[in-house]
Amino acid sequence: MPGILIYAEVQKGEIKKGSFEVTSKAKELGGEVSACIIGSGVEALAPELAKYGADKIYVVDGPEFEKYEPEAYVQAFAQVAEKVKPGIIFTSATAQGKDFTPALAARLKVGSISDCVDLSMSGDKAVAKRPMYAGKAYAMVEAVGNPQVFSIRPNSFPVNESAGAGAIEKVTVNLDSSKIKTMVKSVEIAASEEPDQTEAEIIVSGGRGMKGPENFKMLEDLAHTFGPTATTGASRAAVDAGWRDHAYQVGQTGKTVSPNLYIACGISGAIQHLAGMGTSKVIVAINKDPEAPIFTKADFGVVDDLFKVVPPLTEEVKKIKG
Amino acid sequence: MDFELTDEQKMLIETAGDFAKNEFTPVAQDLDREEKYPMEIWKKASELGLIGAWIPEEYGGAGVGFFGNALITEQFSKVDLGISLIIAGTFGCESIYWGGTEEQKKKYLPLVAQGGAISAGAFTEPDAGTDVAGVRTRAVKDGDDYVINGNKMFITNGDVCDFMVTLCVTNPENEKRYKRQSLIIVESDRKGVTITKIHGKMGIRASDTAEISFEDVRVPRENLVGTSEGQGFYQAMQFFDTTRIMVAAQGVGLAQGALDKSIDYVKERKAFGAPIATFQITQQKLAEMAIRIEATRNLVYKSACYLDQGKVDPILNAITKYYAGETAVFCANYAVELHGGYGYIDEYDVQRFYRDAKILQIYEGTKEAEVLTIARRLLT
Amino acid sequence: MNTVVCMKQVPDTETLIKINAEGTGIVTEGVKWVMGPYDEYGVEEALQQKEKFKAGKVTIVSLGPDRAIEAIRTGLAMGADTAVHINDAAFYEKADPYATASALAAAIKDLEYDVIFCGKQAIDDDSGQVPAILGELLGLPVITQVIKLEVADDKSKATVTREVEGGHAIIDVPLPAILTAQKGLNEPRYASLPGIMKAKKKPVDVKTVADLGVSVEPMTVIKEMSLPPARQAGKIIEGEDAAEKAKALAKALHEEAKLI
Repeated sequence: MPGILIYAEVQKGEIKKGSFEVTSKAKELGGEVSACIIGSGVEALAPELAKYGADKIYVVDGPEFEKYEPEAYVQAFAQVAEKVKPGIIFTSATAQGKDFTPALAARLKVGSISDCVDLSMSGDKAVAKRPMYAGKAYAMVEAVGNPQVFSIRPNSFPVNESAGAGAIEKVTVNLDSSKIKTMVKSVEIAASEEPDQTEAEIIVSGGRGMKGPENFKMLEDLAHTFGPTATTGASRAAVDAGWRDHAYQVGQTGKTVSPNLYIACGISGAIQHLAGMGTSKVIVAINKDPEAPIFTKADFGVVDDLFKVVPPLTEEVKKIKG
Repeated sequence: MDFELTDEQKMLIETAGDFAKNEFTPVAQDLDREEKYPMEIWKKASELGLIGAWIPEEYGGAGVGFFGNALITEQFSKVDLGISLIIAGTFGCESIYWGGTEEQKKKYLPLVAQGGAISAGAFTEPDAGTDVAGVRTRAVKDGDDYVINGNKMFITNGDVCDFMVTLCVTNPENEKRYKRQSLIIVESDRKGVTITKIHGKMGIRASDTAEISFEDVRVPRENLVGTSEGQGFYQAMQFFDTTRIMVAAQGVGLAQGALDKSIDYVKERKAFGAPIATFQITQQKLAEMAIRIEATRNLVYKSACYLDQGKVDPILNAITKYYAGETAVFCANYAVELHGGYGYIDEYDVQRFYRDAKILQIYEGTKEAEVLTIARRLLT
Repeated sequence: MNTVVCMKQVPDTETLIKINAEGTGIVTEGVKWVMGPYDEYGVEEALQQKEKFKAGKVTIVSLGPDRAIEAIRTGLAMGADTAVHINDAAFYEKADPYATASALAAAIKDLEYDVIFCGKQAIDDDSGQVPAILGELLGLPVITQVIKLEVADDKSKATVTREVEGGHAIIDVPLPAILTAQKGLNEPRYASLPGIMKAKKKPVDVKTVADLGVSVEPMTVIKEMSLPPARQAGKIIEGEDAAEKAKALAKALHEEAKLI
């Protein structure tokens, strides 16, 4: 079993859940599990990775890594990889992971396989299952180069506590600053505590049936009732109508998601939308049109006016949550 | 004979189809309910050259011919017939193209081809529709002007147009009934022009239809289409030979749209545990729709090709127009039947298609008139 | 301003995907092929920049079989000036992101450009890797998921806004650079009719991969393709009125699905 090196992503001072998911998966596959964490003041976070199976944790810590800059991060990680010589590299296919992973693979002169939802070993080779056409099809893909690089879609693997050796090593990297051409001037992150749609466990999504931007408050209320792992989403119709920012769009030309629970409110279920959320574990559809295609995919369907269903649903969820 | 479309024509279909799908779909239901003319969509389509695309490049159009115009019309009508009538923003100008002077062509054609104006063809009157020569609106010469009095009815674009090509009697004493009329361009803001929008149409409610009255309306002599009086009836016939083919293209589009929507629906809708698409009676209906649509499309293509080649065949045009109206009504009817109860409510497009289709058997020559034309030729 | 736009022809988003009998790819028969929607934002941005600077050339570069010319013509009809069509069906069939980027890099390296636009991903394989590899091969900085672009008057640098998780980042980048277009960057125009009529006369340089001197083997290999497991319609929650149904739904999510 080749050694696995994980890129542990830090956002808002915390390691992403997706990074723990890939650490757990690596542990399950066996072999030596290493992780590399990059940032400014991130050393204290390193032990958490040990909980999920990291035997070795490399820490690249410095003020120059305060803001994510792909070139600097790629250089740092590549130097760690050079040292570790892993057979396999895992990243989580978060928003940042999708930017970082292809750049890293290109630097290592190998191909990477992005957004994998499953993975198994065949000898020394990992074979990944990944969606194509926004989830309308799946492909089993194998990487030829060494190392084999995979980004893994959040929520694809469970997080399992299974401690690794957890040795921490600080690494000093030499940055070739002439290659760092871009300068991040500012980063504006909304104050909201909501997770990204691709990582959320519960998504309450609204479509054309929402009738206007003001009504999405109702969906936010329901999402908040579920807790911090829930967020809201929108169909393309709602985004194109200008009711919701594109960042909320679920489906082909938006985000492909696979939460534990997807609640579609006033969404008819165009093929592009169904492809983008079809791997959700449980789908609920609330729509007054019983012929809406969304009902053919829904585990639970409510045929009624969403404006009359969502508020009492929020109340009921509150009651159950106590 | 080559049945292949050119690359340009294929792209034309794609652009027109994408435009209609993106721009018409979100507003079609509301415009139908509110009887509202889609002025913004007209403007946008004009900027893309989709309005007046038949007008040759030398007069500011895209120069795709009437065949190209039929392709655009089909794509538009596939999504919504009412909104598709923005393509009739050049209505009446066909007569200027066929019979106008060079100055008139240079003045009016670029205007309508580039979003500068909407025109209307004011032919029909309260007592004279299909009987074109029976119009009574009178234009009397007075010095360098014509003074016009009379009423027009069911005028497409009446309430939104900038000018109308108006069929008037100028030579009532002429012994030949067909030589008494002339076409005169009347700007809609002329004093004495009263326009009343007609409400309560069964279908194509996003299109504009009005009643117009002329009371001592004065227009300069140079507004006469062509150089001599008495040509109006022939110019009007030539106009209808053109627009009849465009109406037939509307029929192909509407029928295709009805079929497409039906296909989507029958695959989703289940009855007795299976999609209704698996039932032979459903399949029979779909196939019958497809057969008629393909036949009609071929008629439209042939008529439009002939028109662009200057070979006008009024009998072929009558056959085309007649059959397109029949096909549209037939397919819209089947589409409603396949949708069952949902087809009867206006949240489903086929309900609107059903109401819209009927006009295709009425305007631009009723189906009865087409039958008469065809039969008369058969028996002579 | 001179720009290059990398464009891929892909199945329309409405396409129902079917897998071929060998299980190695999709059934292409009956598929409606279109310009990649994200690439379309790239073409539009290139045109807008050209219009802003009132000078320059927009070149479309596309790797694809014969049919790709249709999407190229669409780009030319929108207003692009010229195109390079790397028409090599055999190479295209096997090409992974690395091979694709290698071919594109070879075609682009002799062109003049201030910015190279790519879509943030092609919506067929959804890999989103070609721009990064292209950047590596051409030695250019890459900024992904761009939703706003301001190019300095002297074209020496640009300020771009990119989508990041939960918000956006504003980044300065020297030009030339590779920018990947995300939805929200602009509203792509339709090809106008005069544009369509002109497109046929615009030059398209057709090349094979051998012409470009590229010989790379793919680094990732698709072994097998399949369709997602079909989802069955579940149960419809019944109730006297909406409130009753809401209550029953909450109960089902709690007791049956154990999600609350």
